[in-house]
Amino acid sequence: MRFRLQRKQLCIPYVLFLILFVIIPILFIVYYAFTDSNGYFTFDSLISFFTSTNKLNVLIQSLLFSVINTIVCLVIGYPIAYLLASSKWKASYVIVMLFVMPMWINFVLRTAATRDVLTWIGIAGGNHPYIATFIGLAYNYIPFVILPLYSTMLKLDKTQIEAATDLGCNRLQVFTKSIFPQSIPGVISAAQMVFMPTMSSYVIPETLSEGKIVLFGNSIYIGFSNNQWNSASFMAIIMLLIVGITMLVTRNYTEKDAKGGSSRW
Amino acid sequence: MVKKILSFSFLFLILILMYVPIFVLIVFSFTNTTYIGDWNGFSLKLYVDLFTDQETMIALGNTIILAVISAVVSTFLGVTGAIGAFYSKKRNRALVENLNQLPVVNPEIVIALSLVVMFVSVGNVIFHKQIFSFWTLLVGHVILAAPFVYLNVKPKLQQLDPSLYEAALDLGCSPRKALNKVMVPQLVPGILSGFMLAITLSLDDFIVTAFVRGPGLLSGENAIETLSTLVQAKIKKGPIPPELRALTAIIFLIVLIVVIGYTIYNNKRSTKVKKRRNY
Repeated sequence: MRFRLQRKQLCIPYVLFLILFVIIPILFIVYYAFTDSNGYFTFDSLISFFTSTNKLNVLIQSLLFSVINTIVCLVIGYPIAYLLASSKWKASYVIVMLFVMPMWINFVLRTAATRDVLTWIGIAGGNHPYIATFIGLAYNYIPFVILPLYSTMLKLDKTQIEAATDLGCNRLQVFTKSIFPQSIPGVISAAQMVFMPTMSSYVIPETLSEGKIVLFGNSIYIGFSNNQWNSASFMAIIMLLIVGITMLVTRNYTEKDAKGGSSRW
Repeated sequence: MVKKILSFSFLFLILILMYVPIFVLIVFSFTNTTYIGDWNGFSLKLYVDLFTDQETMIALGNTIILAVISAVVSTFLGVTGAIGAFYSKKRNRALVENLNQLPVVNPEIVIALSLVVMFVSVGNVIFHKQIFSFWTLLVGHVILAAPFVYLNVKPKLQQLDPSLYEAALDLGCSPRKALNKVMVPQLVPGILSGFMLAITLSLDDFIVTAFVRGPGLLSGENAIETLSTLVQAKIKKGPIPPELRALTAIIFLIVLIVVIGYTIYNNKRSTKVKKRRNY
């Protein structure tokens, strides 16, 4: 019988590729996380992770860095996105492009440039590792925050905002009761663009703090370069768990939001 | 009014800050000193140095070759995957969709580590040697990019007119021909933006490259050096090498030209669409 191409069969190569190079590697990580270097089953990596204050400190520090960086980026990016989306100015699209353009310059080069300029003006990573790292992180992630926020704010319901004003809300109330609730999906996707990448970043803390600040990404990298597959794999699993948790939390939120949206009608 | 001026000056302040590092590098690419901040007169020596520096040129060549090949492969896989999933049964489609979402949410460093662990094990058990090469690197970059191609093509599929494909079949096209002549041309905008995204993801990548690279391409017997890994190795020891300041200036110029060209092209197309609507 002649082989007949059906459209749905087209996804076979892609699915095979994903299974081979995404699913199976994750299974390998799980295997390595719970075995020792001889391949015997053990909880060593788990025990050593949770008993080592050093590694726990890295975990807590990374979480803190991610939270602070997410907040900083949102606080800077939110007003910018709002201004650009609400201005009647035709050129606002061009400004958004201008914000995104630095991202097309090689990431490592850009990070090193930030470091060199900061060193030049006296905020060298050697002396001020925290300030330098936070500046570098914010610098890198602000464009990622502006894009999703901007596209959400373009869709804000202007009539609702006007109605809020007409019904006697002051400016702050208009913001807290109408503008902000409407922009929450954008805020969440912006936060997702920053939170996990910050935790797993390697180049930025390594370059800007000159090796003084170790985030989760760095410690996995160190494990990799010392061939400590087992402990590095376990840390990768912790990272996957955190990804899973953030996905669950934000999914609940957006679902609630969708329900709220439908009940409004 | 004052409020407006204040808020817009905040906006432009941040915008200017975003460009400070890049502009500083560009300004100091026209002088000939080791450190930025030192200026000893106008010179184009760094540009000459850049093009005569073998190491940088090899890294640049590797980066471009890898970006193009990985973008082609990920575009092929992403597009066929999206078309296939779109016309599958609902349950299968949800499955592919979730599979596709995995590498999107998975941190890069976990993707990189999982691939390394697998390649090391497969190399040890089956081949009894290291299998890191151009091919492992290619796999890494395709994993990064293909899901985003998929996500770029999906909305275009949802906008398609389903009867066109069936009309093509009724009019005597083979399924393959109907696909190539009817469906793919309508998906071109999505495919193109996916392709461009794949290229930029590959150009920018450091972590996956550093983990899964092996000998090959222009680097010959040595581990493949891309721009990211080369720069990372050099900045560990000191400031950005002077000739790379010239490279930054050139990259910025290219980006600027592409962005301006793209904006003009988009404007023209949207006015064309408007004109057509007026008829």
